[in-house]
Amino acid sequence: MNFSNLFRIAFRALTRNKLRAFLTMLGIIIGVGSVIAMLAIGEGSKMKIRNTMSSMGTNMVMIMPNFQRRGGVSLGTSSSMALKYSDVVALRNEATALAAISPEIRASGQIIYGNQNTQTTVEGVSEEYLSIRKLNIGSGRIFNDTEIRNMSKVCIVGQTVVKNLFGAGADPVGLSIRIKNLPFLVIGVLESKGESSMGQDQDDLILAPYTTVQSRLATIDYLNGIYASAVSDEKSEAAIAEVTEILRRTHKIKESQDNDFRVMSQSELIQTVSSVTDVMTILLGAIAGISLLVGGIGIMNIMFVSVTERTREIGIRMSIGGRSRDILLQFLVESMVMSILGGLLGVIFGYLVAKIAGSLMSSPIYITPQSVFLAFAVCFVIGVFFGWYPAKKAANLNPIDALRYE
Amino acid sequence: MVVNEGEFVAIMGMSGSGKSTMLNILGCLDKPTSGEYRLDGVDINTLDKDALARLRNLKLGFVFQSYNLLSRTTALENVELPLFYNSKVRSKERKERSIKALEAVSLSDRMHHMPNQLSGGQQQRVAIARSLVNDPVLILADEPTGNLDTRTSIEIMELFQDLNSKGRTIVYVTHEPDIAKYATRNIIFRDGRILKENLVTERSFAKEVLKTMPLEDYDDII
Repeated sequence: MNFSNLFRIAFRALTRNKLRAFLTMLGIIIGVGSVIAMLAIGEGSKMKIRNTMSSMGTNMVMIMPNFQRRGGVSLGTSSSMALKYSDVVALRNEATALAAISPEIRASGQIIYGNQNTQTTVEGVSEEYLSIRKLNIGSGRIFNDTEIRNMSKVCIVGQTVVKNLFGAGADPVGLSIRIKNLPFLVIGVLESKGESSMGQDQDDLILAPYTTVQSRLATIDYLNGIYASAVSDEKSEAAIAEVTEILRRTHKIKESQDNDFRVMSQSELIQTVSSVTDVMTILLGAIAGISLLVGGIGIMNIMFVSVTERTREIGIRMSIGGRSRDILLQFLVESMVMSILGGLLGVIFGYLVAKIAGSLMSSPIYITPQSVFLAFAVCFVIGVFFGWYPAKKAANLNPIDALRYE
Repeated sequence: MVVNEGEFVAIMGMSGSGKSTMLNILGCLDKPTSGEYRLDGVDINTLDKDALARLRNLKLGFVFQSYNLLSRTTALENVELPLFYNSKVRSKERKERSIKALEAVSLSDRMHHMPNQLSGGQQQRVAIARSLVNDPVLILADEPTGNLDTRTSIEIMELFQDLNSKGRTIVYVTHEPDIAKYATRNIIFRDGRILKENLVTERSFAKEVLKTMPLEDYDDII
């Protein structure tokens, strides 16, 4: 008996009990469908996070002061003052894996223009900060070296600040605003960047020369952080190692001591977030996998019923020359047709579910070819695994008993 | 016991006398607990399950009391079935041979009917066509007329006599003496043993018997 005949027999047997075959397949359809949908949604949200995060610059390296602990006691503010401008100079002179470096000093306070006011963060940075954070100037210009040296009271504002103080669409370049009661000249406006992956408004900020913010607004002598960019994505790891080495040296940290700073790269952050969504995907996938298993048991159940029902048919086939192997293959192909057909419908069903869920949650979906391949592979295995035992039972029947079966 | 080529043998006996077991052994569905059975010169005791299946497929044809056709499968496909298990037969040849077999039982006009659309006699003729299609050395029939009325029974016997006259070897089981008379030789079983064997002296010929039977008996009833 060749394979095309086996498939014909299997299809005919299934179409004889259309509803039963469909209900049996439904277990597989729902199982495969949920696997596909879960993986599509998981993969989609991972891609979304990755995209928004890499729009912040995948080669970004952040250096933060570390809250140092010794014997469980936090050393508090003293260690948050670990970063100094001298560190920026040291990195600028020594680090080869870094392309751009900017100090960062944050100050927050009330911003006033005319009768409008708003509360936001003023970030004191160097002009390199824009390229590091992938920010673009919409109109106006960035502050220059002279302004940094002179601690000039100039600033660049984000779109949200423009909206809050001047009204949407206004061009405030050349106007003067008051930050913590000091007058600042607006020399540029940033292009809108939208929300970050964490839901933060990335346009609600004001940039000013770090010298100005440090001495006039925050009045501190340390830095809140240092932002830098590695020369390339691949160099992120090397940049972290290099920065750690340089800072440990300049901070005179002994071998046995912990760092008083933390270095993180954006790609590291992406990995962290991805691993969180990966765990979620695996969890959801496992739950979906269980329903696939249940579907497989359903197939096994129906195959047993089918073998019992068709005992006489098996007897007839054996008496006219069907070998055990032929009978085994006949039932095995039948269960495989059922599970693979169920898998096919399941992929379509899963795609539709993912589409609907994606549009409801307004998150993208992405069906990886691997997940489709996986679904089919699992279906094939289920068909063989759960079909084998009933098929074996059929093949082992004694033809005389099978012929007499009522 | 020996069945020669071209013979037409009826096995008779009370129920439980072992005639069906005999037929199962002849049909290679069962193996004898003692003694040996040679089919076409081959000792079947030496063969394994698959080899027996192959033997059934190539050398034997079965006809059952309850027809044993596959339901919801056309007459033609039922007849084709044994050839499906013979990988040497291509699909074109399979179809041709099956049509020929159905013509031999004069059912060429019922080829695409399902078993439930056929009368008992027609179903049995499909079963006979199925047993013929592989060109077997021996046709075995287990009470082929047991479920049929007298006239149809004789029609089936007519078909068997016709096939036998063309050289087919046929062995059938029956418990009706009338039906046994259509064979050339009778073997009578009792308690699992052969009680006696005798050649049929007053052999019935189905063609002639049918001529004496009116086609429609309903006139008398009305």
